[in-house]
Amino acid sequence: MPYKSVPLFWRLKKPKYNLTGTKCTKCENVYFPPRNLCPACRRSGDIQELQLSGKGKILSYTIIRTPPEGFEHYVPYAVAIIRLDEGTNITGQVVGDIEKIRTGKRVRPVFRKMHEDGNDGLIHYGLKFELVD
Amino acid sequence: MRVAIVGAGCTKLGEHWMKSLRDLSTEAGALALKDAGIDGKKIQSLYIGNMSAGRFIGQEHLGALAVDQAGLNPIPATRCESACASGALAFRKAYLSILSGEYDIVMAGGAEKMTDIKGSGAIATLMGAGDQEWESSVGLTFVGLYAIMAKAYMEKYKLTRKELSLVPVKNHKHGLNNPYAQFNYEITTDDVLRSPIIADPLRLLDCSPITDGAAAVVLVSERIAKKFKNPIWILGSGQASDTLALHNRKSLTEIPATKIAARKAYEQAKVKPKDIDIAEVHDCFSIAEILAYEDLGFSERGKGKELLLKKDAMIGGRIPVNTDGGLKMGHPVGATGIKQIVEVVKQLRGEASNQVRNARVGLTHNIGGSGASCLVHILGRE
Ligand SMILES: [Zn+2]
Repeated sequence: MPYKSVPLFWRLKKPKYNLTGTKCTKCENVYFPPRNLCPACRRSGDIQELQLSGKGKILSYTIIRTPPEGFEHYVPYAVAIIRLDEGTNITGQVVGDIEKIRTGKRVRPVFRKMHEDGNDGLIHYGLKFELVD
Repeated sequence: MRVAIVGAGCTKLGEHWMKSLRDLSTEAGALALKDAGIDGKKIQSLYIGNMSAGRFIGQEHLGALAVDQAGLNPIPATRCESACASGALAFRKAYLSILSGEYDIVMAGGAEKMTDIKGSGAIATLMGAGDQEWESSVGLTFVGLYAIMAKAYMEKYKLTRKELSLVPVKNHKHGLNNPYAQFNYEITTDDVLRSPIIADPLRLLDCSPITDGAAAVVLVSERIAKKFKNPIWILGSGQASDTLALHNRKSLTEIPATKIAARKAYEQAKVKPKDIDIAEVHDCFSIAEILAYEDLGFSERGKGKELLLKKDAMIGGRIPVNTDGGLKMGHPVGATGIKQIVEVVKQLRGEASNQVRNARVGLTHNIGGSGASCLVHILGRE
């Protein structure tokens, strides 16, 4: 994986680290990842920032055992599609006892190390999720 | 106006340590021209499908590379990219270029060289078909995306892990005599269930392999087609798009882009799903073939497994699917869509390695990403 530059992380810090999404005040649709154009209303939409709670439930998930570059140290790890309480979906890792993960279980966000760009590259942090109970 | 396919060729699929992308693309093009019985100088324009030569081998500008290597300068050359559906996209663009009236003889090809980088690099590159900022960044892989769909489908429709294994078992059986297959051996459901888990619930034998290969076809206008003895006609072509990220879809157990592309192709071809004699579908992972049965209208929603349990999708069945073994026998991503066309052309001419008796109408189904792009083509003989 090519080394990534600092501006990429600067640009994404609000959604990535604070879980800031967007909402179209015209159609009420919530978007995460944030969109700067509402695909439903297009140019007549009105996009505003929306702080998401990160709380939600697991729609489906997988346990990755053959990882891509940069994630070799973390296997096995769980990745789920999570339905956030605000009404939009996010893809995220679920940490903790992966044997206890089930569809429908509730999760909340936690701040964790994500991966490394090799031995001398950036160490990436971001949001993961943990089971609520 | 109608457009016909008059030549088709495919290289051996596999790990070609001694052949480069340029070697494979010229080899496939030459096979297609030989099959058509025409000289390369007759080709007026070329479209090449390729997903990610830039990351696989550091080479971009593939249109120029392909015509240069083939000695076809200065004809126009265009690279088409739609992830794993790049091949079918090149085919559709070639078809539309003839329909536009601009050309009479066009080549559509696809090529991918995936084994010059290590496996984990190939996995990361393939994930470029997903959402880099919001899927790849959390460590999700392509098989992971389909594993999430498989888990959702298995829970919703009570599909068992053993039933899901019937997809690769069938496709290995179908590919047994396929001369360009990466593998030529049969497997059992126990073999699938004993193979390593890649992304739960999907195992190694559920996955299409990492493959080098290329394929090409020659398309001609109706006027020119009369000079060829066995033209195969393009009856319908459909293409549709959907959200790039899987998490933005309303459902995890269907692929709407397939349904929309198929509806367009069926309407244009004036055929129904029951009229299809042979289908090449995008079985990149086992669950994808079951979703395809349903999205293409071969089966009711949630009942796709019945095509496997009743052997309907086998040779001799109601709707034989992936008669050459499908993507399980090699998935050189940018070439796959053309390779599917090659197999259907052979079936409709009666020249396939695993021939469906008296096949008249065939369908190809090529997906990009986790369903963000889909192309469906329907072909027929005279
Ligand atoms: Zn809106």
